[in-house]
Amino acid sequence: MAENTPLLSVRELSKTYPGANGPVEAIGSISFDVHPGELVCIVGPSGCGKTTLLKCLAGLLPPTSGSVMLDGAEVSAPPKKMALVFQEYGRSLYPWLTVRDNVALPLKARGVPRAERLAAVERAVEEVGLAHALDTYPWQLSGGMQQRVAIARAVAYQPEVLVMDEPFAAVDAQTRADLEDLVRRVWKDLGVTVLFVTHDIDESVYLGGRVLVLSSSPTVVQEDLAIDLPAERDQLTTRALPRFTELRTHVYGQIQRAKRGEAVPAVR
Amino acid sequence: MRTTARRALVSVGFAAGLPALLVAAWALATQGTTSLYFPSPARVAQAFTRTWLAPETITGDVLPSLARFGIGVLLSIVIGVVAGTAIGATPWLRALLEPMLEFFRAIPPVVLVPVLMLLLGIDDTMKLAVIVSGSVWPVLLNTIEGVRAMDPVLTDTSRSYRVRGALAYRYFVLPAASPQIMAGIRLCLSIGLILMVISEMFASSSGLGYQIVYFQRQYMVAEMWSGILLLGLVGVVVAAVFQLVERRVLHWYHGSREVARG
Repeated sequence: MAENTPLLSVRELSKTYPGANGPVEAIGSISFDVHPGELVCIVGPSGCGKTTLLKCLAGLLPPTSGSVMLDGAEVSAPPKKMALVFQEYGRSLYPWLTVRDNVALPLKARGVPRAERLAAVERAVEEVGLAHALDTYPWQLSGGMQQRVAIARAVAYQPEVLVMDEPFAAVDAQTRADLEDLVRRVWKDLGVTVLFVTHDIDESVYLGGRVLVLSSSPTVVQEDLAIDLPAERDQLTTRALPRFTELRTHVYGQIQRAKRGEAVPAVR
Repeated sequence: MRTTARRALVSVGFAAGLPALLVAAWALATQGTTSLYFPSPARVAQAFTRTWLAPETITGDVLPSLARFGIGVLLSIVIGVVAGTAIGATPWLRALLEPMLEFFRAIPPVVLVPVLMLLLGIDDTMKLAVIVSGSVWPVLLNTIEGVRAMDPVLTDTSRSYRVRGALAYRYFVLPAASPQIMAGIRLCLSIGLILMVISEMFASSSGLGYQIVYFQRQYMVAEMWSGILLLGLVGVVVAAVFQLVERRVLHWYHGSREVARG
């Protein structure tokens, strides 16, 4: 594994929106690298432009300046090797398609032959524990299950990078814990690189191998923190570790500083 | 089992009850009448079988009328949906065309009949043009609105998974706009039926509209009423067929709304 060449490389990315009272600088300047196989969480105070950053990464929104490189190629349109999971599961699944067809559609668009497609769909849906729901419609499922379908769709797509935008912000706490473990499992099983955006500090520390703390708008990377928790995470034991508490306290402190505007760009 | 049978019976009773009552009232009011203008239901029923169930009227008037209606409505739907999705998905085209579309929509199609006769003659093309000129608008404008109002999250989803072109049209754009499109088609059907009759009232020699005007001018009042009755029945059948299709096409829409309501 070429550990030194980043898979995703963000360089001095900035985004300015035209506003009624002059331009609004949503993202100041963001630079970071993600290496193959990493699970990186991005946290920041609310309104810090996490979603804007994500849309720029995904090629859905052109940045004002700076660049995003995926696998050595500049991202200017949605890249082939990236799959997205959105926060609004209810609005990111096609309500007129069954679970099976929702997961299959991106594969169909890519020209995967039918038999192969159906097999991939069944594998992915099984991976997220919804094999019994293949022929139901998304709106017949609970919120947590709908988000599992969205994850299955991303998994079946076999991306190199899986980008998740606050995917569990709208599900209840117990479902959320299950889904967090699902993300860890998918990440390990498939060896995919995951970029996980969240506003939940505990979630970022629990999930991530690395946490990027963003400042408030105009956004920069305030800190790039390696999470030195054991690789085997468990909702009970990991969250009870003293080191977990230390890390979450540290991140919490950083976010509070970011909110007060004491932005100190990361030195690393 | 018994309860379902009873429920079916009750719903049939509700559907047929009021029409039965109205016919009864009509029969009572016209009992022993000699009025030329308001014949009894029995007289109208007799005229109905004699006029509309005769093979030469079925092939010479009823079927041509229904064919014009069907083709006219089908053309309106195809033109409306194709043009509507194109306009709805292209902001500059929408900005360019929308004021003009409102202008043309506001023109009552009936006043176009003489113009269309001059341009297209008096054959079926003119009649189809009259039908389309009125019934295309609800489909077109509703499709534009439906495409414009597509959920941005779903649009981003489709873009990020590179669902594009014909596949996106078939599996994303059309279904996303389909609730609005179906509402447009419902209006299109009723306008189309009216315009089918009107187009046959001018310079025509066949069709329901032609026959009704002919009976009117000949003082064949019972026959005229039977023609009006037939139009109403066609309307009921069209509405029933539409409802069947709508329930199939929009089952996901009704289902998800029911779930959302709890």
